[in-house]
Amino acid sequence: MTDHMISRRTLLAGTAAAGALSLTGFPARAEVQWKKYAGTKLEVILAKGPRGDNLQKYIKEFTELTGIQVESEQIPEQQQRQKAVIELASGKPSFDVIHLSYHVQKRQFEKGGWLADMSGYMKDPNLTAPDLVESDFSAAGLQYARNDKGQMLSLPWSVDYFILYYNKEMFQKKGVAVPKTFDEMVAAAEKLTDAKEGTFGFVGRGLRNANMTLWTNFFLNCGGEFLDGKGGILTDGPEAIEATKLYQTLLTKVAPPGVAGFNWMESMASFTQGRSAMWIDGVCWAPPLEDPAASRIVGKVGYTVVPAGPKGQYSATYGDGLGIAAASKNKEAAYLLCQWAVSKAQGARLLQAGGGVPFRNSILNDPEIQKGVKMPKEWLQSVIDSAKISKLGLPVIIPVAEFRDLVGAAITSTLAGADPAAELKKAHEQFRPILERSEKA
Amino acid sequence: MSGVTQTTPAAAEAAPEREWRPPSYWPFVVPALVVVLAVIVFPWLFTIWMSLNQWKVGSPTTFVGLANYVRLPNDPRFVEAVGHTILYTALSVLLPLILGTFAAVVFHAKFPGRGFLRGVFIMPMMATPVAIALVWTMMFHPQLGVLNYLLSLVGLPPQLWVFHPGTVIPSLVLVETWQWTPLVMLIVLGGLAAIPTEPYESAQIDGAGVWQMFRYITLPLITPFLFIAGMIRMIDAVKSFDIIFAITQGGPGSASETINLYLYSVAFIYYDLGYGSAIAVVFFLLIVAMAAMMLHMRQRTLWTEIGGGA
Repeated sequence: MTDHMISRRTLLAGTAAAGALSLTGFPARAEVQWKKYAGTKLEVILAKGPRGDNLQKYIKEFTELTGIQVESEQIPEQQQRQKAVIELASGKPSFDVIHLSYHVQKRQFEKGGWLADMSGYMKDPNLTAPDLVESDFSAAGLQYARNDKGQMLSLPWSVDYFILYYNKEMFQKKGVAVPKTFDEMVAAAEKLTDAKEGTFGFVGRGLRNANMTLWTNFFLNCGGEFLDGKGGILTDGPEAIEATKLYQTLLTKVAPPGVAGFNWMESMASFTQGRSAMWIDGVCWAPPLEDPAASRIVGKVGYTVVPAGPKGQYSATYGDGLGIAAASKNKEAAYLLCQWAVSKAQGARLLQAGGGVPFRNSILNDPEIQKGVKMPKEWLQSVIDSAKISKLGLPVIIPVAEFRDLVGAAITSTLAGADPAAELKKAHEQFRPILERSEKA
Repeated sequence: MSGVTQTTPAAAEAAPEREWRPPSYWPFVVPALVVVLAVIVFPWLFTIWMSLNQWKVGSPTTFVGLANYVRLPNDPRFVEAVGHTILYTALSVLLPLILGTFAAVVFHAKFPGRGFLRGVFIMPMMATPVAIALVWTMMFHPQLGVLNYLLSLVGLPPQLWVFHPGTVIPSLVLVETWQWTPLVMLIVLGGLAAIPTEPYESAQIDGAGVWQMFRYITLPLITPFLFIAGMIRMIDAVKSFDIIFAITQGGPGSASETINLYLYSVAFIYYDLGYGSAIAVVFFLLIVAMAAMMLHMRQRTLWTEIGGGA
């Protein structure tokens, strides 16, 4: 754990070295005044998960560095989102720093004006270390963090790429090659399915709402775009119908029974029990798959990018970030915390444990940090390759939850035999007025 | 108030036994009144007010009159949710009533170990619904669950339980029934204990069988208790949330989405408080109507009971 980790000490040494350089005649550069806000107390509201764990585990280092006291709590995702929205809407949130899910909350938070603009802080050398620059974040991260005016309203923290997990042993047994396209994937899944033995070629989210994250990856690879230029939704066009047909084929012909009710948890159970040969989901599941206490397929898991569709190859991308409440009275101190949380040292720890993937290219592509990754090399490679074909996995609109529920229900009902085109049409008749209302308000 | 008391003597002379005195109970009523106003009446009025507004978290609110109510019948998800609620409620009232009555009759008889077995029987009632739901979710799992294993032992094909739109509501009712049959049993047991033994003795002399005694003596006499049990079950089932939410979250698709789950989504996930409030108001009226119907039916059975006794 300690071998390849960048500790606070090396980070400090680095900053000290930069300071020394400035003394020796290089252009003078102000240093981050970490201690300036010593004694401040910050409240942080986190969604439960490895990112929150990673922050809480090392928070003492931040307090040592800055003298800022941090009170943080982790709340299960759904409840955390509710609590945050209700408090922010009240204008008097109880927290300074918020952990937000971009793919659900970006547009809502921007429209509410709930987050403080960080652009100024990022240009202030007294507040920002020289290695933290906007261009270091991946394109998806910047798309998420910036608003229409180009202001940075949060710091991108951890990204979730969809990848293909496959069971190497099952592939070898049936002599099947790793699929590069959707057609190959369907063919491979058919060969790998043996209903008598209770093994299946493919598993993935079928549950309404959750299923949208998988479906949109099919949609993107079929050439789909979520919105037209005027903000109208396009997820019932020919690309959507094609994607739904693929989804329907995979989840009814070569997936375990009952998949219509599967979320990631049931899908993972089927995959780790060696009952399903392929699974497409977020990158962050490698740790449980490689944990002998939770998985029967340790060491047999292959990791690769999502196969190409007829019109392209993308990795549906989701992510979370850290923002500062616009109503906070300790914005500078809060900014220091956000900066520390996305720092190289913290990002390296997150990546190395497999608990998340930093949005910063300088972390992901650092060979020293890569050496310390405890997950299989293939996993890391799938992450790096996915970053190159990353595309946002959900439309950036306010009623994301309604979109996922309504269209997700339509897609689930195709698993019981309903016609994709008709179901999508019906769902969009319901969803379009909701989207229009949200944009008018 | 003191002015009023001074004008009363004339009236007091006219009817001394009905002398008007300022009510002295007010100070005692006030605390309860304040609590009731604050936690029941005010939230209700406020909910009705919200339901008349376009009220979305993060946007300004505007008064829209009955627009939210007009949306309801045109919202296919709401209409479906009403259907699911009625089906779910009907099944989870009837099944526990039938099984609970049967269990009560069994446990009313005297046999060794009765007390212990009664205790075992009411254990499901004591468990936390969410914990139960998580255990049942695993039991329902089509590949790894124990229920399909049990079916395979008796040669039946595996079922999809809560993972198929067609079987999800009956499967959820199974959990509800498992948990709440004991409650019905307890209520009916109380009823059975109150029945005199004489009618049975005379019926035996007249040569009545076990079924006849149950049908013509026991059942009419415990009917009022069945209505109470039914009403409690109905109110519980119609507002059931925890078991459904923890097991299916309204899925697959929206096949098990009841009004309550839809209401939760609208208000707390879509943050559409105005529309959510309109659903809450309609939902409340529905519960009141069902309770009133049950009360009315109970009144009628009470009447026949007295008539029959006389």
